[in-house]
Amino acid sequence: MTDVVTLTGNRGLDLEEKLIFEQDKAGRTAVDLPEPERHDNRLGPARRTRPIGLPGLSEPQVVRHYVRMSRNNYAIDAGIYPLGSCTMKHNPRLNEKMARQPGLADIHPLQPQGTVQGAFALMHELAHWLAELTGMPAVALSPAAGAHGELTGLMAIRSALEARGDARRVVLVPESAHGTNPASAHMCGYEIESVAATARGRVDLAAMKARLAPDVAAVMITNPNTCGLFEDDMAEISAAVHAAGAFVYCDGANFNAIVGRVRPGDLGIDAMHLNLHKTFSTPHGGGGPGAGPVTLSKALAPFAPLPYVVREGEGFRLVEQAGETGAHPYGRMKGFHGQFGVFVRALSYMMSMGSDGLRQASADAVLNANYLRARLQGTMSLSYEGPCMHEVLFDDHFLADTGVSTLDFAKAMIDEGVHPMTMYFPLIVHGAFLIEPTETEGRASLDLLADLMLGLAKRAKAKEVAFFKDSPKLAPRRRLDETRAARNPVLRWMPPAPKAAAE
Amino acid sequence: MRYLPLTDEDRTSMLATVGVESVDALYRGVPKAALLDRPVDLPPHGGEIEVERRICALAAQNIGASTAPFFLGAGNYFHHIPATVDHLIQRSEYLTSYTPYQPEISQGTLQALFEFQTQVALITGMEIANASMYDGATACAEAAMMACRVTRRHRVVLSGGLHPHYRDVTATNVKFMSLDISALAPDANGTEDAAVTIDDHTACVVVQNPDVFGRVRDYSNLGAACRAKGALLVVVVTEIVSLGALMPPGDMGADIVAAEGQSLGNPMSFGGPHVGLFAVREKFLRQMPGRLCGETVDTDGKRGWVLTLSTREQHIRREKATSNICTNSGLCALAFTIHLTLLGEAGFTRLAAINHARASTLAKKLGAVPGVVLLNETFFNEFTLRLPRPASPIVDTLAARGILAGVPVVRLFPDQRDLANLLLVSATEMTTDDDMDRLVAALGEVLK
Ligand SMILES: Cc1ncc(COP(=O)(O)O)c(C=O)c1O
Repeated sequence: MTDVVTLTGNRGLDLEEKLIFEQDKAGRTAVDLPEPERHDNRLGPARRTRPIGLPGLSEPQVVRHYVRMSRNNYAIDAGIYPLGSCTMKHNPRLNEKMARQPGLADIHPLQPQGTVQGAFALMHELAHWLAELTGMPAVALSPAAGAHGELTGLMAIRSALEARGDARRVVLVPESAHGTNPASAHMCGYEIESVAATARGRVDLAAMKARLAPDVAAVMITNPNTCGLFEDDMAEISAAVHAAGAFVYCDGANFNAIVGRVRPGDLGIDAMHLNLHKTFSTPHGGGGPGAGPVTLSKALAPFAPLPYVVREGEGFRLVEQAGETGAHPYGRMKGFHGQFGVFVRALSYMMSMGSDGLRQASADAVLNANYLRARLQGTMSLSYEGPCMHEVLFDDHFLADTGVSTLDFAKAMIDEGVHPMTMYFPLIVHGAFLIEPTETEGRASLDLLADLMLGLAKRAKAKEVAFFKDSPKLAPRRRLDETRAARNPVLRWMPPAPKAAAE
Repeated sequence: MRYLPLTDEDRTSMLATVGVESVDALYRGVPKAALLDRPVDLPPHGGEIEVERRICALAAQNIGASTAPFFLGAGNYFHHIPATVDHLIQRSEYLTSYTPYQPEISQGTLQALFEFQTQVALITGMEIANASMYDGATACAEAAMMACRVTRRHRVVLSGGLHPHYRDVTATNVKFMSLDISALAPDANGTEDAAVTIDDHTACVVVQNPDVFGRVRDYSNLGAACRAKGALLVVVVTEIVSLGALMPPGDMGADIVAAEGQSLGNPMSFGGPHVGLFAVREKFLRQMPGRLCGETVDTDGKRGWVLTLSTREQHIRREKATSNICTNSGLCALAFTIHLTLLGEAGFTRLAAINHARASTLAKKLGAVPGVVLLNETFFNEFTLRLPRPASPIVDTLAARGILAGVPVVRLFPDQRDLANLLLVSATEMTTDDDMDRLVAALGEVLK
């Protein structure tokens, strides 16, 4: 099939599309706007005097441009997207409809508070759901994503420590943690020390206890962890951390495994972010936006950043400045009040699922991952024995001596019409395959994934190296040269250099 | 439960394949005491009709911009979004894909990002731009931190014309790093000269254009002063449509531009999600935060795009990364780029001209209301009025009459009681003559 050469470069429904800059005709526009009225020009001297260089297209061209390009994307709506740690579950369209309602999409964050009581009620209700599900008393809604939530939670921890005159300098981070954990701790001014994992893929409790000392401010634990395993010593870890005068931060990226079944507050967690764009079904949109509310324990609640909503009489009030009794907000993390449009979507999802549905969803997510584990573990190398949570981790030992890498395997999956799992994360196993099916995949789709992975494993073991190295062959692009992209960065379109005059 | 495909029969047979009796067996690592044996105390699942009713009932308690004369801005603007934008961003292929980690099957998102980066660079007059930040305020904080890395200095000067949320987010972000913030006093009169504050430790001066009071500034001299002292000039733009009418920050000598892109393609949505824009001079490329999309070729030599220079980022560099950002504002960036593609040069500059014209007309009308003084010499689509009495109660009174009159400046600067009478008013292409006349009449009556 790859040897079919077409005149256009298109291949049936697989369409090539030029850049907008290559379709430009000066003066053309896809938005008809009236002439501005006569007016006094008040722009002053710093007005624009040169052209910008934006291309001109008409509406049909623009529609076609983005539709043609869209066909080069894989998406959950098109098939299973088992990216471990990302919780690529179905994104209900009801959520989209709700976020676009007049009265929600068209309100301004600085309107008089009496004109946006419904918006505050919605934020308050979302916080209530999150507090109930986590068993934690307070919620800081404003962080924009998981990493932003990490920083928010760590800043609350640092503020609480400083409030009691306790300067500490170290945050302990397990080696299996996501890169955002150490990056966030660093931004909070901490030194990072790594904690080893046991042969069971859990935090080494003894090693951690041995390191706990008065210079440790916090421990960041991901639970369930990035190997897809529940940290079964969590309660003991928290007790030890608290005994040492430190706090427990939990990366809640994997909350989907335990929603409605385990409340992190019951395990001694002090701060935890939730990725509404993972657990609560809001779309990833090709890279965001997300929302990363942070739930806080009683000890940290007074340090929550501004702004926050409080109930007052029959209505609600937004607290935007420090000075409330008992509160010591450490600052502000984001412009305005947080990712409100994402809150609407997440609440729409939670109301749809209800307490019963959320509990069923986590069970199904865990069952689906274990089903894949059961089907694959005889052929692929399972990194840690025993049941997993909502995702299952394999490493590349089963590919030893085949000449095929995890990357090659992933690229061959692309030709089979599925999105590959997360590769090479977590870093603590070699050549990781982290597979997270989510609860919104049915049995047929799990079987499709398992069958094709088993089939590919067989081809790998038969040393069909060229087949793998050549993959993908059927995608809109073959393997792209990442080294070239990094060595000679081309990060924007540039007008072609003027041709020689003789031409 | 409509989002769950497994049937009880599936569950039973899958449990058999797994080799356990029940799902509970899969949670055996959880301490018994922490395992809930029944649903938490929240309402049960609901159908679409029920959920729609509950959420729409909340929406109905709010007064939206589409139903009232509306004049708020201050970093969040009410603009028209062409029907095409919302249709295209809801295509499954864009809405329901992840960050493009597998470029061979993500070329749609990647090509759109490459075009986005180019558009952002063009309108800001900068060399390169990244694939987006969370919002303008966090982009501003990242710019300040980046300037400190680039210059190896630790002092950040924040202009008194900077939006207070941007100031506070920046100050909060660096609170526990060994950096110093010098926030200059609110500059309601436009007399600030930030150049005199630059010393040998100053990493950057952060200014805004138009400033938070709506004034249009030319920072070329400040840019030169920064260069002379080895500091960087960071220019913040909270109303991106202004760049259709104003000199781009790059032409003023900006080293970093941190902007809010909400005005193109994205609804106000009570302040988020929005899209932070981040553009720099190319020589600072490796100190840049966030994702970057770059052009390359595939093994057949065909042009394509990938995420690149990721050795700056947290997943490779961990605590040594330039930022902790991972998920950004992908879909909001897509809405931005589609809207700007629809507009093109002709539409974008026309849109800016209309915004300015509407604001100019409004300023004239409001300035004629007895007791009202227009503070600005210059403005784009937003300006500051001095009222004879505190602005907040007046805005509340007008809201009760169904008019959303603007942002009282004290809402932004709560400690500055001397700014109590100031009101920030904005007009856009959405503002009708009737809206203006109703505001002018009502304000006149209230002030009588
Ligand atoms: C385990 C883990 N922690 C943190 C993050 C960061 O979350 P976000 O991308 O929302 O910032 C992610 C996801 O990317 C993750 O998988």
